[in-house]
Amino acid sequence: MTDRAAVIRDITERFSEDIQRLDDVSHKRVYIDIETGSLVKMALYLFEQVGARFNIASGVDCRSHIEILYHFTVEDINLMVSLRVRLDREKPVVDSLTPYMKAADWIEREMNELLGIEFTGHPDMRRLLLADFWPKGVYPLRADYEEWDDSAVRDRGV
Amino acid sequence: MGKRTTIPIGPFHPLQEEPEFFTLTVEGERVVDIDVRIGWNHRGIEKLSERKNFDQSTFVIERICGICSTSHPFAYTMAVEDVMQLEVPDRAKYIRTIIAEGERIHSHLLWAGLAGHFLGYNTVFMWVWKAREEILDVMEMLSGNRNNYAMFKPGGVRRDIDDDVIKPCLAKLDRIEATLDLVRKAVEDDPVLQARTKGVGVLTLQDVVDYSALGPTSRASGLARDVRKDSPYAAYPMLDWKMITTENGDVYDKVILRVLEMYESLSILRQALPNLPGGEIDANIKSVPPGEGVGHAEAPRGEVFHYVRSDGTNRPVRHKVRAPTFMNLPTYRESVVGETIADATIILAAIDPCYCCTERVAVVDGRGRRLHDGTDLVELSRAKTERLRREMGGA
Repeated sequence: MTDRAAVIRDITERFSEDIQRLDDVSHKRVYIDIETGSLVKMALYLFEQVGARFNIASGVDCRSHIEILYHFTVEDINLMVSLRVRLDREKPVVDSLTPYMKAADWIEREMNELLGIEFTGHPDMRRLLLADFWPKGVYPLRADYEEWDDSAVRDRGV
Repeated sequence: MGKRTTIPIGPFHPLQEEPEFFTLTVEGERVVDIDVRIGWNHRGIEKLSERKNFDQSTFVIERICGICSTSHPFAYTMAVEDVMQLEVPDRAKYIRTIIAEGERIHSHLLWAGLAGHFLGYNTVFMWVWKAREEILDVMEMLSGNRNNYAMFKPGGVRRDIDDDVIKPCLAKLDRIEATLDLVRKAVEDDPVLQARTKGVGVLTLQDVVDYSALGPTSRASGLARDVRKDSPYAAYPMLDWKMITTENGDVYDKVILRVLEMYESLSILRQALPNLPGGEIDANIKSVPPGEGVGHAEAPRGEVFHYVRSDGTNRPVRHKVRAPTFMNLPTYRESVVGETIADATIILAAIDPCYCCTERVAVVDGRGRRLHDGTDLVELSRAKTERLRREMGGA
């Protein structure tokens, strides 16, 4: 598949039930809002069948919910497809991609630590980034994060 | 199964650009497993960036990396411009390209010098770092800084390039090329260097695809993947240059690939510097509308990825940063396992993450006694080169 329109048409037809909304924002960016349960099959289709490269995922705490964007690049046609899932902020859970895609391993561990998202089926959810003494259940990238360490100098008021 | 020994490497060393902690498990001489833990210097820059305005963030993220400092502002400014759907003026595109390519030469030279050092080629180390001074001088003439150039801003660049520095810059590029020729000849002709690096630490094409590895790490395994070509940005599509790929995925291919890439960067600089288009250098952004955008740029080590979300205020509500090593580091599992400890140093260095952590290696036996430290591991690597040199009848 070397044609941009064909790739997008193929995805929309194949996953018509899973796609909530598709934003074709520019010639190189498409954002697709999908059902949380459809993530694995859509991501794998992009990664394995379309031959897209997994750029990375970016989690965002939107206060009302938590969002994850999984960015894939189809390099032949210079198109970045970002799959968006919305998770319940109280209990953010989504299926892990790591059993099928090694490339997703570290970023899922990162999002687990920084945003408190649970990835069902991740084989190795050890701490990757935060210090060993960082308390459990404190997620620094949550919007309502508050400083817990009295001795820390993290922001000098600049 | 033989007796297994665990070798902790890292996490801190003053020379490291990125502290990491490796746990190598070895059986005799052979590495059987490796685990990596990162985050020892997690500075919370993503969180910090949310408290800065769009202009200030440019300076914060320039400090993410001390070597490829410009690649982050490059990707970030493009992400902000993606939110706005903004095209920057041509002159700004050229200046951005010039700074990024100068930086690539400096980064690759730094790496080549250290790789030589680890293999016991200290002459190469000295030559190469001398040539690196020349490119740093070029960067100083162009930007006023040897590193952390502070040239980028959303919408354009902060500083113009004066016409009268272009000629002396071009003269310096010739001197760099002379050193590059020497290095290239040394790499292509030296049988000992080839014996140390060919077939060592192979990363297959499938591994690259599985891990979504980036930059020279993917190109050395034959996967032609370069953001400058795949998603053309700045002045790259307006200039004539080749994407270098090699096939074997071993350390040798990663060395020669970086050497050849420096020639391409020189060529880009030679085309861009004398042909700077006229006009504005800045699109003068007044505000950033609500929305989200992605910017990715090819840093010396691979794609740098920035995601920015704006809510219409003067600060990003979310700013995600992904450096290339985040994708490249996990491939160690594939490239190091099965190799000998003497080669582990150079294989770890071949991805160009942080070489210096290896100097903090301590080999500990089952009862926790210390057998080797990092210096010994580098010594092991050099001794192997010496041995090969004698066996092959070299000087």
